[in-house]
Order: sequence, then structure tokens, then C-alpha cells
Amino acid sequence: MARVVFTGNFRHLVGEDTEADIPASNVRDLLNRLGERYPALAPHLDEGIAVAIDGEIHQDALFSPVGPDSEVYLMPKIAGG
Amino acid sequence: MAATSNGKANGATRWIGTRPVRPDGVDKVTGRARFGADVHLPNMLVGKVLRSPHAHARIRSIDASAALALPGVKTVTTRDDFNDLSSEFVPAGEMLVNYRDVVRNVMAREKALFEGHPVAAVAAVSEKVAREALALIDVDYEVLPHVLDVVDAMAPDAPLLHEDMITAGVEPTPTKPSNIAKVVEFKLGDVAEGFAEADIVIEREFSTQPVHQGYIEPHSCIANYSEDGQAELWCTTQGHFVVRGHCAKLLGMDVSKLRVTASEIGGGFGGKTVVYLEPVALMLSRKSGQPVKMTMSREEVFRASGPAAGTRVWVKIGMTNDGRITAGEAVLKYQAGAFQGSPVQPGCMCAFAPYDLNHVKVVGYDVLVNRPKVAAYRAPGAPQSEFAVESVVDELAKRIGMDPVELRLKNAAKQGTKAAYGPTFGPVGLVETLEEAKAHEHYRAPLKEGQGRGVASGFWFNIGGETCATLNLGEDGTIALVAGTPDIGGSRASLCLQAAETLGVDVERIRPLIGDTSTLGYTFLTGGSRTAFASGMAVVEAGKDMIRQLCERAAKVWDIPVDAVEWADGEARPAGSNAGEFDPLSLADLARLAGKTGGPFVGRAQINAQGAGPSFGTHIVDVDVDRETGRVTIERYTVIQDAGTAVHPSYVEGQLQGGAVQGIGWALNEEYIYDDKGRLQNPGFLDYRIPVCSDVPMIDTVIVEVPNPTHPYGVRGVGETPIVPPMAAIANAVEDALGMRFMDLPMSPPRVLKALEDARIAEAA
Repeated sequence: MARVVFTGNFRHLVGEDTEADIPASNVRDLLNRLGERYPALAPHLDEGIAVAIDGEIHQDALFSPVGPDSEVYLMPKIAGG
Repeated sequence: MAATSNGKANGATRWIGTRPVRPDGVDKVTGRARFGADVHLPNMLVGKVLRSPHAHARIRSIDASAALALPGVKTVTTRDDFNDLSSEFVPAGEMLVNYRDVVRNVMAREKALFEGHPVAAVAAVSEKVAREALALIDVDYEVLPHVLDVVDAMAPDAPLLHEDMITAGVEPTPTKPSNIAKVVEFKLGDVAEGFAEADIVIEREFSTQPVHQGYIEPHSCIANYSEDGQAELWCTTQGHFVVRGHCAKLLGMDVSKLRVTASEIGGGFGGKTVVYLEPVALMLSRKSGQPVKMTMSREEVFRASGPAAGTRVWVKIGMTNDGRITAGEAVLKYQAGAFQGSPVQPGCMCAFAPYDLNHVKVVGYDVLVNRPKVAAYRAPGAPQSEFAVESVVDELAKRIGMDPVELRLKNAAKQGTKAAYGPTFGPVGLVETLEEAKAHEHYRAPLKEGQGRGVASGFWFNIGGETCATLNLGEDGTIALVAGTPDIGGSRASLCLQAAETLGVDVERIRPLIGDTSTLGYTFLTGGSRTAFASGMAVVEAGKDMIRQLCERAAKVWDIPVDAVEWADGEARPAGSNAGEFDPLSLADLARLAGKTGGPFVGRAQINAQGAGPSFGTHIVDVDVDRETGRVTIERYTVIQDAGTAVHPSYVEGQLQGGAVQGIGWALNEEYIYDDKGRLQNPGFLDYRIPVCSDVPMIDTVIVEVPNPTHPYGVRGVGETPIVPPMAAIANAVEDALGMRFMDLPMSPPRVLKALEDARIAEAA
């Protein structure tokens, strides 16, 4: 199962948890399961989210694969100038 | 079919890393290049904007009847023409924007929220008539108290910009409105535990001023709205697809009915990622039935387009006596301008990114003030927070007598480091830039009496995103490369080199152009140091698509299976002796045969590029401080940065030099000066002092190449990071020269002189 780590303001939305083990094969699965487990987080998963999968940042990439031992961080979406 | 890779990964590149003449060079030096204001249409009108003279005022009424009665005036637009939009966040530039705010930023609605806020606009037969008409528009204002400073704006009794603004990110949700739009927090480990491990703890508070991107070309556009509901728009922008989306939303159009063409661009640096004039010009054209051209004056650019956020930053860092940083904590307060959306979030994430730390806590506040809404500016949010952190790191090094580069090396983030904002870094090049700095002749060169030397490092994430590209093979074997990302910093050359490398053809046979919004699928803007990376990936994929087609065609010609054809050095060849004996078919051969063998060749790619490689840089600077005038002179400057792979090294060097020079201006001179009514007093380059060539020495560059493994040629972005280290590097050098640390920017002559005089008085006492 992927290990999801909550940082930033996402921590406020998941109760006492700082991490969660989530079975998922891709980002869409992961976000769906996170939304089910943490209802307060669900509305925030549709916009402005990036995920770092094993250190690599993916934005708007529902089908990026998530490995069984992946470390996943939910992050604010990044842009730039 | 088998395509051989010419990528850097296997050590053999023919075009990547070379320096061909830039494809847009001749047009630019001869004046042929067409910038935003260079498009003219028959029956064109001139549009001008009436702007609020007040920093904060309720708009009771707007009467444009006298203006409309003036001969030569064709139409006037105000808030009444734009539909109010509900709250909807969409990506644009540095972060998400809210359409409810975008429509109000383009044309003031209930209130004018900063001096220069558009209140009405006129289209007339000439600029003279348009200006006369503006003077005839009667706006009834109720002037309100205003607030410009970020700390003042956070006070409980501060004038409220938006009476319904409830701070997000705070539990429990506040019951009263404030100017604080959002609070964000990033934590790693336990800072209390980290500070307990420290032998030395230093905490300081810093401030930075809002600074403008200073692009030479002002905002300009021309809109032509047809009676059938379709429209064309030409404008200077970093992202014409984003402009199309915003304008279509604000005008209630289908995006397919709006065709946007990006002109050549005279600088953007993040400031041309948003819309100002474009929706207004379209509205004036829709109402008048004629094309409307609008161009901002320099004064309007300063008064009404977004600067980088001014900030107040508190930093606390703990360290052991042997130079190991044990904890970092910071509080960031960033000005957003009149609408929410400062880059405080990336500021928080970048603050401690160069360091391998176990304990970090950063809290950020997004704060509204009566200034223009901030816009992205190279690495938005990072220069301000890293200025503070890198200044304290320098002070810590001095406290224990350790070389500042050695201290950074001892604590540097590297592959496997858990970034201060969470994820684990893959291959990154900070250590390599520090090693280069340590070994550089500049770092050991003797200083003259009274001079000082400073170093600082910096970080930016870089991004990918939605991107399309097309390669059209001409009948003579030359190629038209079509990209959707406006070329600001040399991307056309970079994309041609990547296409040439992939296809194995001479780069001179590829001609690049930036397609309009009807020629390609949606392509995100040029920003975030993404273009050489993401459009490069798209071009490589388009090249592979074309190679696949070329190999299939060669297989048909030779009547052999496609698996028996390989593409190498720009030609199709039998993959081995078993495939048969055939003379190779070059790109030109296959192009010539195209019509008879199945039709033209078009390589296409539409991707959402992922896996951008973060970039680190380290700067060394020598300064001389004139004790009589307070002027700080940059005597020598060296930028060292990891580019991943430098596709066109001259352009990479240009990005590094440009970022450093803009950082020098941020550090030494640039600031907005307002009067007590919130009116800008220095809206021009005479009084808003950006560096010119005579202010800076030749900026030396060292390109480090730690390839990004997710890009076929190892590319990272390079445009953002070089503006991050200069402020701290220069402040550290000034401290080295004077023994006096400046924590408030800019370190302008009056401020330096005052500090010197205060020190003399204190010493005398």
C-alpha cells in the first residue's frame, strides 16, 4: 500500500492522522480513496492539488501510477513566473 | 521499427548543447519582429482606461453620457457590461485565480481597491479623443480609509478590502472578516526538539518591498469582435491559451469562437500571465463593432499591473557549534494586493528547501492591501523567503567562523533528502553548485579595501503541464515546428535543437513558430521554467510520432515489415542485413515521395508533462560600498546553477544573467513609493530605478549539469532559480564590507547612508 503523508493545510482536514496507508494503483484511485476516508478532505481534492510520488511531482495526472510501496505527498499545486 | 536515441543519457548528442544563431534574432535586430502594439487593422479604434484616483473607494455611480456625446467616441464600457461571476478557482500563472476576482480586477465593481483600478474604458477614433472622453466620465466615489502595509492590514481594526473575506486555513473558522485571505502551514519534525539540540539560535525579521517585473514592452492588445459572435485577439502574453480561457469566461463566449495570437513579447517574467486590457478591448470591440487597440503607458503598467509581493518575514534557525543546522522556523506575511492570491505558499515551501533538515515549521499569511493584485515574478514567493533564510545562515556561519559555502555543503539537500516541504528529492545539483563555487577563482580572488563578498543559494521546483506541439514536414524535407508556448527566453531555439536531435536532422532545416489558439490543442502558458522542459518533451514526442510514420512509409516503399526499418542520423535504413539491401531514405527523400506513398507527414504530440526537475543555484558577489554616498556597487558577480542539461547554453547563460540582474535591482534600488493617500509617486523608470548595463559588471556563469531523469535529454528549467539568491548574496556581501547587516530591502543609498550615520552616532556615544 502507498504511504500518503499529509503536509501543509491538508493536515487540518484529516483529523489526528499525519500519514495513511492507501491501496491504490494510480492517482485517481488514491484521491478517491482518500476522499472516502477523509470527507473533509474530499472537496479539496478536485482542484489545486499536486502529488509527489516517490519525490516526483505530478499535477493534474489522474492516471500516473502509484506503486505498492510508494511514498506520496499531497501538495499545493505549483506554477511559476 | 526501432528509433535510436541520440539522448545525452547515452553520451552522444549532435545538437543538444550547441549554440546556433537564434531563429528570431534577425527580425528583432532589424525591427521586423511584431510586438503587441505593432498590429494594425482597418477602422481600428483606440481604447483607453479611466482609472481610480483613490486607493480605496466605494463607487456610487458612473455617468458616461457626456463622454458618449463627444464626437469621435464610439462606445464606453463599465462594470455594467461585465456579468458578475461566481467564485471559481482556475490555474493561471503562479497559482489559482478566482474568476469572481478576475472580473473585478479587470473592471472595478462595488469598490475601487487600489489607485489605478480600472473604472471605465472608452473606444474612440483617436487617442486624443479617447483621453478627452475619459475626462468627461463622472464617477461618484465615497473615499474609504486604505491600508498599504502588510502588518497594518492584519490588524483587527484595519480597513477591510472585502467585507466578506473570512480567513481560510484556520480552525475554528473565524466569525469575523479580515484582510487575511489564508493561513498556510508546513511542518516537518518538531522544531522545539530541533532548537533544543542547537548550540546557537538566531532569529531575525526581514522586509522586502513590492517590485515590478520591469518588462520593457508594456501590455498591449488589439481585439476584433465580429457581428457573428466570433472574435480575434492579438496580444503580448506569456500564455495565449490562458488569455483565451479568461476572456471567453468574462465575455460569456465559447472558447472556440475566440482566436488568440501571441505577439513577440518584450519581457514578461511572470507579469504577463494574467489579463488586464484584453477583456476590456474585446468588450469595446463587441459594443462598437470595430477593432479596438489598447496599450498601457509605462505609468499605467506601474499603477495597475501586478508586482511581486512585498513581505515581512521572521526567521529562526538553530545550529550546533560544528555547523549542523538543527531546526528552521519562519513566519511569512505576503502582500496579495487587492485580491487574494499572493505566492506565500511557494514561499513557505521554498524557504528551507536548500537544506537537509529534520525539523522545520513555516507559517504563511496571504494578506490583502490596497495595491495592485500581485502577479508572478520569476520563482514567485521564493526570493523573499530565501533572502531571509540565507541571510541568517550567513550570520550563523560567521558566528562559528565557518566558511559559508562549507556550512551550506554540510547541510545541503541532495538526492534522498526529504525536502523541507515534504517529498524526497531525486537527483538534484545543489552540492555540485556549491562545490563549483568553492573551487571557482572568484571565490578565492583577493578583495580590495572596503569591499565585501557574499554567497547564497536558491531553489525553485519547476513545473510541466499541458502542452501540444506539431512538426509539419515540407515537401523539400524542411520542417515547420509549431509550439503553443510564447517564446520569452529562447524556447524556439531550444525546441528546434530538441527536434533536430530527435529526428537526426540539421537544426537549420527546422523553422519554429508559435501557433495561435486555433492551430494547437490547449497549451499552458510559458512560466514556471516549464517551456524547454514541457514543450521540449512534446516536441520530442512529436518527433517520435513523425519517425514512426517515416519508418512505416519506408517499409512500404521497400515492401518489408516496419519492424525491419530503423531511423538513424535522419534517414530510414534497413535494420539489418536480414531486412534486405536498400539505399537509405532520407527525410528529404521521404518528403519528396510523400504524395505518392500516402500523403504528408505531420508529427503531433499532446501531453501533460510530469516530473519536472527541481533546480538549485549558488551565487557569489563582490560589492564595494561608498561610505560617503551609501551607494553599493556590484564589482563582480558569478552565477552557478544546475540546468539539468543546457540545450542552448547561450540562452541558459542569458537566463542566469537576467535573473541575477533583476535580483540586483530588487536588492539595491527598486521600491514603490506611495503618498499618504495611497497614490504611487514613482510610476516610471526615471524614479523607479531598475539596473541598467552601466550598473552591473559582466555576470559570469557556470552551468552545472545534473540531468533530470524524466526528460529525454535531461532538461530542468532555468529561468526562475537565478532570481532567488541575489538579495541574500548581496546583503551578505554588504555585511562583509561594512560589518552591518541589512534586513530591509532595498539597500538603497539613502538607507545605507542612514545606517552608516546611525552607526557613527552610536559609536560616538
